[in-house]
Amino acid sequence: MSVSTLGTPSATRLSPAILAGLKRLPEWLVIWVPLLLSAGHVVVFTAWTTWISFTPSTLVPVDGWVGLRNYTSVLGTRNWKIAFDNLLLFGFGFVVLTALVGLLLAILIDQRIRGENVLRSIFLYPMAVSFVVTGTVWSWLLNPGMGVQKLVNDMGWTSFRFDWLVDRDMAIWTIVIAGIWQSSGFAMALFLAGLRSVEADLIKAAQIDGAGPFRMYTRVILPTLWPIVVAVMVILLQFAIRTFDLVRALTGGGPGIATQLPALVIYDFMFQRGHLGRGSAAAVMMLLTLLGVLLPYGAWKYYMRRRAANA
Amino acid sequence: MSALVIRDLRKRFGTTDVLKGIDLDIDSGDFTVLVGPSGCGKSTLLNIIAGLETATSGEIEIGGRVVTAVPPKDRDIAMVFQTYALYPSMTVRQNITFGMECRNVPKAQQAEALERVAKLLQIEPLLARKPAQLSGGQRQRVAMGRALVRDPKLFLFDEPLSNLDAKLRVEMRMEIKQLHARIGASIVYVTHDQIEAMTMATRIAVMNQGEVQQFADPDTVYNRPANLFVARFMGAPPMNTIPATLEGEGDRPVVVIGAGEHVVRLPAPPSIGREWLGKSVIVGIRPECIAEPTRLFGSSTAAGLTITAPVEMTEPTGAETIVVLRLGGQKVLGRVAPDIRLANGALATFAVDTRKLCLFDPQTERLIA
Ligand SMILES: Nc1ncnc2c1ncn2[C@@H]1O[C@H](COP(=O)(O)OP(=O)(O)OP(=O)(O)O)[C@@H](O)[C@H]1O
Ligand SMILES: [Mg+2]
Repeated sequence: MSVSTLGTPSATRLSPAILAGLKRLPEWLVIWVPLLLSAGHVVVFTAWTTWISFTPSTLVPVDGWVGLRNYTSVLGTRNWKIAFDNLLLFGFGFVVLTALVGLLLAILIDQRIRGENVLRSIFLYPMAVSFVVTGTVWSWLLNPGMGVQKLVNDMGWTSFRFDWLVDRDMAIWTIVIAGIWQSSGFAMALFLAGLRSVEADLIKAAQIDGAGPFRMYTRVILPTLWPIVVAVMVILLQFAIRTFDLVRALTGGGPGIATQLPALVIYDFMFQRGHLGRGSAAAVMMLLTLLGVLLPYGAWKYYMRRRAANA
Repeated sequence: MSALVIRDLRKRFGTTDVLKGIDLDIDSGDFTVLVGPSGCGKSTLLNIIAGLETATSGEIEIGGRVVTAVPPKDRDIAMVFQTYALYPSMTVRQNITFGMECRNVPKAQQAEALERVAKLLQIEPLLARKPAQLSGGQRQRVAMGRALVRDPKLFLFDEPLSNLDAKLRVEMRMEIKQLHARIGASIVYVTHDQIEAMTMATRIAVMNQGEVQQFADPDTVYNRPANLFVARFMGAPPMNTIPATLEGEGDRPVVVIGAGEHVVRLPAPPSIGREWLGKSVIVGIRPECIAEPTRLFGSSTAAGLTITAPVEMTEPTGAETIVVLRLGGQKVLGRVAPDIRLANGALATFAVDTRKLCLFDPQTERLIA
């Protein structure tokens, strides 16, 4: 069956290399083709969007140069201001609370409880659900007429009110709640892995030193966890910045424009008002916000690696 | 008084018995070394003593108090780990005082204890550093410091030197030994390095497969190993163990190794029972008991017994030369003076110290004389 037995001497010498190459061909196809395609998409479309943002394009892309006009007009809209204020509030609340809830779940599960695997899967499941589904389900749950409020009212507590969904000032927090529900399992999984990788001797030493559970976590275990905390927060923050579908499904940006977020504003400019130029400008600004998070994180990681290598 | 008593301690992980009935009685002030090959259960035993792991059955007493149900922090022990287990986010100072902080020791007293230990271990200049900024040897010292501030009834060391380089290991070995002499604490020290065991211990417990093979002072363990395992485990190179038969020549029993032209006859230890005459035994002889013919053993001035044997190979170590020779057809190690050169394959004469022969039962592998 061997190919080499059929070949000439020179072919015999070549065939192992060719065979090895052929064997690896599927791997190359599987890895490099999609990688190049997606990298190409990212680069090409980012460049394209950036270009559009400097043109007077409206319904269709057109050539021309308007400088920063699209940017200034987007920055001047009330929509964008509210979206950015919301992003600050939502980003902060979502990231901090999700990390806290995730950490709490991880610590609870870390107590070597029974049914750990089941619980871990349950907490992780929301991650597998799309944001649209999460948004829709929570829009039912939080709807005063059919969700939690109605349930409690029907049980007899008639004065109970939980109507954040229709409250201008509180509606943004419903998005935070749904976001926490969706993502805290993911934070938990990462934190749990971190907790489990804490050196066993460290915990034994603390046990002998007489550290109670509270001290054990605050002084011994959690301080070793902070690289994971930073990583989780960065990932959550970039979730927050590009949040779109969750809000679309949950509040649709309302009541009014009370829960606008940058991604919704972009969508609004591009496809509702038919102003590609301004939409692209908003998209570029969102990208810059993302880079404002990711670049410092990358630099920090690089610095830490350098320091570890030098130590 | 006993610092530590262990009675019929057993530990099972799933279906494997890791400890199979350990009995130990350790006197106050003793430096007890638990030694044994990797995986024999030393760390498990130490963790059970510390209360970090629960035994399947059995009882532990520390300082006269049964502690089987007492949590680690209340057992009045201190432990040094192989990985040092220093808290990475704390400074050296905080690492050392953390235990006192947990026990709510007043600040002034903490500072006093810290100062005493830092001076004892000469780590005063390091107190403000984090563990990541310390060398291996310095970390080791800090780990010791964390144990020493406590002044406990019992110190537990789990292979504290195995992560150090050879030179530092020898230094720290001596320091720990001196420290023990100075503070007179009771120590249980785990290692798989039999040199560490021999040099540091006042008592050695040799473990294998979850059982204590022998518990005695280093001399006894070395010269009178309780069984073949101990004989082969202790010493570098280890004791030669050679199949032989015991014959009676007059009323003096003789160990006969090999047969025909290679036969070697050595006087048996007089304590051997008559019932062994004519039976096969295993004779144990330390390599240092086979030396160049001019060597005088012990205090005797007369030349002792000599044998002639073919040399298979020599390994000069600098301080001495290890010789692989054939004794009655069996491969045996000897140790001769470093300046002696022996040709491979040639016959050579060796002096044999027969005072320290050990005889073992080939069936039970126990020492019989
Ligand atoms: N948690 C555990 N679950 C199952 N088996 C274990 C567990 N801990 C230890 N063992 C087993 O118990 C045996 C003894 O382990 P132990 O760590 O006490 O060995 P040791 O004598 O300290 O070895 P070393 O010199 O390598 O440290 C090993 O065979 C190990 O595989
Ligand atoms: Mg061990």
